[in-house]
Formats: sequence, C-alpha cells, structure tokens
Amino acid sequence: MERADIGAPEPHGNGHLNGADSRLVVEDGENLTFQVNRKVFVSPDVLEAEHRAIFDKCWIYVGHASEVKNPGDFRTRPVAGRPVIFCRDRKGEVRALLNSCRHRGAIVCREREGNTRQFYCIYHGWTYNTDGSLKGIPGDDAYPPGWDRQGKGLVPVPRLEHYKDFYFLNFDADAVPLETYLAGAKDYIDLVVDQSPSGRMEIISGVQEYDIKANWKLLVENSVDDYHLVTTHSTWLNYMRNSGVNITPAKGHMLPTKGFGKDLGNGHLTTDNPNYRGRPVARWISVYGEEAKADIDAIRKELVERLGEARAARVADTNRNLCIFPNLVINDGSSVTVRNFFPIGPDHMRVTAWALGPVEETEAQRARRLHAFLTFYGPGGFATPDDVTALELAQQGFAAWREVPWSDLSRGLGNSQEQLATDEGHIRVFWRKWSELMEARP
Amino acid sequence: MTKAADPGAVTRAEVEDLLYHEAELLDSWRLDDWMTLLTDDCSYYVPPNDKPDADHRFTLFTIADDIVRLRERVIRLKDPNCHAEYPPSHTRRLITNVRITGSDGDTISVSANFAIFRHRRNEPPRQFVGRYRHRLRQTPDGLKIAERRAILDAEELGPMGSVSFLL
Repeated sequence: MERADIGAPEPHGNGHLNGADSRLVVEDGENLTFQVNRKVFVSPDVLEAEHRAIFDKCWIYVGHASEVKNPGDFRTRPVAGRPVIFCRDRKGEVRALLNSCRHRGAIVCREREGNTRQFYCIYHGWTYNTDGSLKGIPGDDAYPPGWDRQGKGLVPVPRLEHYKDFYFLNFDADAVPLETYLAGAKDYIDLVVDQSPSGRMEIISGVQEYDIKANWKLLVENSVDDYHLVTTHSTWLNYMRNSGVNITPAKGHMLPTKGFGKDLGNGHLTTDNPNYRGRPVARWISVYGEEAKADIDAIRKELVERLGEARAARVADTNRNLCIFPNLVINDGSSVTVRNFFPIGPDHMRVTAWALGPVEETEAQRARRLHAFLTFYGPGGFATPDDVTALELAQQGFAAWREVPWSDLSRGLGNSQEQLATDEGHIRVFWRKWSELMEARP
Repeated sequence: MTKAADPGAVTRAEVEDLLYHEAELLDSWRLDDWMTLLTDDCSYYVPPNDKPDADHRFTLFTIADDIVRLRERVIRLKDPNCHAEYPPSHTRRLITNVRITGSDGDTISVSANFAIFRHRRNEPPRQFVGRYRHRLRQTPDGLKIAERRAILDAEELGPMGSVSFLL
C-alpha cells in the first residue's frame, strides 16, 4: 500500500475510528448480535492505527530458540514492519537487534540465516558484534572528541522474552511481562511442548512464506473457525474419508467430534477438539500406514508413563488451534504448525509458516509428521489453498463495504454455558481485545 | 518386462516429446490422461523456496506426494469444491533447456527449465519460474515419469500465493 493512500478521505471516520457514531465493533447484549464494520478490513487509516495501538504495544512472536541453536546463529526477518536480526550472540544469549546501521541506516545482515562472528555494513564498513555492540569503524579518527562511540551499537528491540523457547518482542518498553501477557495461552503452549519427552520442541527446516490478498485479521478468524470446515474443506474431508478416516458428523454436530472455543484471556483464544483426524503424537490413522501402528503405540506409552493417562490423553487426543493475540497461530492438529502474519496493506498480508516437532523424533517419526502436515496445511496442502481463496473472496466482497457494512459474528451468542468450536464466541474474544486496544490508543 | 530396458537408447527428442505432451495435458486439465504418464510409484515434490535441495523426510516441503496422495490430489483438483482451482486456472507452461543428465538401470535423470504463467479472473497474473528435475523410467508401455520435482527460483512464494495447481 502506498503511503500516499493514508490520509485519503474517509466517508465516516474523520479520524474518530471508534467514536460514538462510528463504532467498528458493535456488541448488542439485548438482541444478541455481534457485528464488525468492514471498514476495519479496507481502511489505510485503520491499518496505521493498528500498527501503533496493537503491533507497537503487544508481544509479537519473533522466533523459536531452536532456530538459533549455536552461538553466532542468526535469522533475519521482518517483525511488525521492522527488519530484525534474531540471533544468539557469541556468549549464548538470544538477541533481537534492529537490522539498521547506526551510521546511515543500511541493513547490516542480508542473508536469510547463517552463522557469523559479526554483522557488516557494506556501505561504509561499520561492523558489529553478535551481541549488537559496535566492533569497528573505518577511519574513526575523523570523529570529534567526545563522540559517543560506545553508544553506536545496533539497537536491540525494547523487550525480548520467551516462554518455553517461543521468543516474543515488544516495542513498548513498559509492557507487562510476557508470561503475564500470555495468561491462559501458556497452558495451551504447554500441551504442545508436552509432546516432547524432554520438553524441547524444534522448528523443522523449510519455511513456507506466501501472500494472501486479504486483511490480516481474516486469517486470525479463519485459523480458529471450525464453522467453515465442512464447506471450505470438503475435498480434504473426502481425502480423509478415502483414506479410511471416519468423518461422519457426531450426532447434532457439524463435525465428527464436539469441540469447543475458549477464551484464554488478554485476547488469546483457542479451539479445543477431540481428535478424529489423526495426530503424529500418538493418534494413528490409516493415512500413516499399518507399519506406523507399533511406533505410535510406543510414543503413546512414553506419554502415559511421563504424564499419566489423563494428561497424555489431553496431549494426544485433542487438537487445538491456538491464537495468541494479535498474530501468532499454533495449530496442533494434523501436525503442528507455527505461523504468523503481518499486514503489508489493508488488503494484503504475508504469512510465514513453520513445522514444529519434538527434538527426540526418529527419522521415521519426523517423516510421518511432515507427511501429516502436508495433508492439510500450507500453500500446497489439501486445505490451506482453499482458505486463502475464501479470504481473498471476502476481501473482494469488502469493496462493497459502504453499502454492506457489517460482518456478523453472532453464532453461539445465546449460549452462556459453552461455546462450540463451530460457534464464534472465541472469535469474538479477538475482536473485543482489538476494539479495546484501538479505543485506548492515544 | 517384455523387453530389455535400455535408458541409453532414449534420445533428448523423446524426452522433449514426453515433457511437452505432459505440459499440454496439464495446461488443458486433462488430469486423468496425465496420470497415465506416471509410473504407479511416482512421487511429486515441490521443495520449500529456502531449501531447494533438501530431503522431504527431514524438511518441510511445499508439496511431497507419494502416488497415493498424488491420486487424491487429482481427485481434489477435479472437484468443483476445490475452491482454489475452481474454475481451473488458465496455465501456460514453457519448457526449455531439456537435457538428459544421467542414467541408473532403467531410469534416466532429466533436467529442464520451466516458466508457468497462471491467470485467474479477479487476480493478478502470476508466474512460477524454476527447474524440473525428473526421473523417467523405461517401461513396456514406453517412457514414464517415476519422479517429478519442480524447484522454484523465487526466494519465497510471496505473490505466487498458493501452489494449488500442478507445477
């Protein structure tokens, strides 16, 4: 999106995006309706406000410790619009440094990933250590006396913290600690990490980076929306059925099992579903082949011995699509995928998706996990491309937002007891937090 | 085997004929006919953009189909509920620089460059550029594709979006 678009006249807003007569998220407790104004998906002003109120204030996922195993390892990636070096310094500490030379701005690390002793600016030759400190300046005798040489290291992000090896940064130095922020989402990260006997998961090599021509918030909704599964993903369900998986809907439900949508606090949410689609951790389906049965029995035995029957069943027999506000999704379903996504424009996002697995996996187990991943997930999977299409069709429809201004998220509003995963109660959790932060912005 | 396999007897012209014929079948969405060009243990790979030479057993690919999943993929692609490819994309593939790069028993290795242009209504034109690394096998029914690998040149899928059709 061109910067010039920002500041274009808005039909209703006048800059007061959440003013009394132009509220963007409208919840009506009496009539049991929950509506989101489609302006939030098309407006450059809203996007700019999101950058300041959300991406500059929330804990944003930057990477996993396993991606920078050794001192000197680095990954470069955009995070909330900034070029970031995610690295482990020579002393072993994980860092997130802003990838911009203190002299005149050029990025000092161009490779996607690697191992290095220093970061080097090709423009004038300034060099930096892997902890960000300044290492050398060619011809530095030309700088005046008292010039702050020591203060010219790469700028670290204001805050960097991790929970069980998932690293998040925060551009707000005054933000609450990460663990406080994560609230109930920690329990669901634990369920993922408990797959590993040592509690150590790793990002598997190979990254999927693809664009969707749709607003980033649509992927939050889509990632946890079980209502769409039967229609959007009927060809995937057919594939499962053809492979011998029972996909008959449970009595009175849209899906083979009755699952729930949950509010985890602070805008985080998850689905929580009894599994029917197989899981590389201890839930065999015919897609894996007969020869995998004994191996999966052994994985399950280890889980039960380590965690007890109940916890093992929780880890092995449920799948959960977890959304950590605002833009990290961990789907622990047919396999485990970690993905985040950032807006490029109101109608454009870039998705980055990885596979996650226990570090102890054997070659056969790892191969099975990756095979299971591709049955559903990713730009070449049997399901994700249809999600991409659904989101892009929605974005196309939003061109009529002035005449058709409201999206409806009222499913399940009458049920105070439980919210099904096919309801929209958990999606409303996201929107309430979004609305709260957008209204609180300065 | 009714006749001795002799990969050394295969000419580049025969390989080109097969690849051009395959391209025509794929571009015209004659997918059942396309399946007849494959051995019944054929596999199909699209490696991830950041690890083009990796092994699908240890690395997350974009696509890594064995023949079972490849057959399911074709079932999906022919289904009107394959939303990403309904209506089917207009694709046009240009294949050049075809070479036979090696042989092993009844199998030959083939490399080629491809440029695939994809058009859909309401979407920008997309281009998929890269190289094929196929293994072809001499069978009693002629030369067939035993493994097809489409390696994309781009650093990331980015504007290509999904790889929802057959590369």
